[in-house]
Amino acid sequence: MEGEVVLLDFWPSMFGMRTRIALAEKQIKYEYREEDLRNKSALLLQMNPVHKKIPVLIHNGKPICESLIQVQYIDEVWNDRAPLLPPNPYQRATARFWADFVDKKIYDLGGKLWRTKGEEQEAAKKELIECLKLLEGQLGDNPYFGGKDFGFLDVALVPFYCWFYTYEKFGRFSIEAECPKLIAWAKRCMQKESVAKSLADQEKIYDFVLHLKKALGIE
Amino acid sequence: MKAVLGTMGDEVKVFGFWASPFSRRVELALRFKGVPYEYIEEDILGNKSPLLLHYNPVHKKIPVFLHNGKPIAESLVILEYIDDTWKSNPILPHDPYDRAMARFWANFIDDKCFPAFMKAVMGPENEREKAVEEAGDCLKTLESALNGKRFFGGDAIGMVDIAANFIGFWVRIIQEIAGVELLSADKLPALFKWTDEFVSCSVVKESLPPQDKISAAFKARIDQAQTNTRP
Repeated sequence: MEGEVVLLDFWPSMFGMRTRIALAEKQIKYEYREEDLRNKSALLLQMNPVHKKIPVLIHNGKPICESLIQVQYIDEVWNDRAPLLPPNPYQRATARFWADFVDKKIYDLGGKLWRTKGEEQEAAKKELIECLKLLEGQLGDNPYFGGKDFGFLDVALVPFYCWFYTYEKFGRFSIEAECPKLIAWAKRCMQKESVAKSLADQEKIYDFVLHLKKALGIE
Repeated sequence: MKAVLGTMGDEVKVFGFWASPFSRRVELALRFKGVPYEYIEEDILGNKSPLLLHYNPVHKKIPVFLHNGKPIAESLVILEYIDDTWKSNPILPHDPYDRAMARFWANFIDDKCFPAFMKAVMGPENEREKAVEEAGDCLKTLESALNGKRFFGGDAIGMVDIAANFIGFWVRIIQEIAGVELLSADKLPALFKWTDEFVSCSVVKESLPPQDKISAAFKARIDQAQTNTRP
């Protein structure tokens, strides 16, 4: 059933982490291939000609692009274990809505925290906190966004946890102070092997961003 | 379509805007599946109703879909929900790989095609040529997804066709008003043919706004955009 599974990825990518987590949750054996984004492999360009981006999941030679689509694909193919999307259509719609919200907001706002300064940075910080609070509100009294169980929205959001340290350092604020429940949730997720093994080290991410800023000529 | 209750005792409502392709997507999916619904027009240019803001506090936009009082926002999320809930005339394929491809192209339409098109017709004049080229590239890429089929969904319309509704109908009208040529029979023959197939479907025809009203509305909008961006 498994076939051949390859993941083209880049170690700091929160999007790649989502797919790594899903594969780990389902205990799927796969080949991880690190891409140098300044020198993209012929395979990456062939498998994702439209966006030329990672992550790319290749299953039996056929590519699936876009992290949330990959997670849903993994959930549908390996549907006999560790379900990620809930069985109820309305809960599924809610999970998809908030995962889409994460995609629309968190990456760009977080990016502005380390790419910009002054007023633009402050505005991004304010909006990021608002968005994280909205997400925190969705937890309610549940241990996970998926309710009792770790699920699709948990997978979509938790990779950003290893980037919070970077956001906090550049934005000079504490996400835990603003969203304590969210951080408690993230730490709870980190207790899971699938998450702990898939997320990058937060200090390495910070170093990576420092180097990236230099390379991009951003002060 | 004014029926409020379906045969199953379901209450289905759609909050939309008559000119929006996004709320029309939801209506098209419901009609395709034969699901009765109540349509509520929102004055999104003037005053959004308290009800809309209550049901979509996060984005404050239409479409909002209500099923037995429970709201869902974002048209593609709504389409998936509709397909999950009403099993007749599926709009997503059965096979997981085909489903992944359908989701990919629906996302591509929203993330790339739509913004590129809007920039080409409403963006600043000095960026027009580049914007038109980029929009053309997007449409060419999307065309490849047809791959010889009559519809993106195969023999019948599916989620990608529904998501591409603005290309099927709005683009040809708006490009003429804006005076740009993006979708033509010689540049994009397969996609152009698809637009004819798309609007010929009876269920699509029923769920499109009147062409003259769309022309007038977008002419006003484009005129204003061009005035605003004139150097």
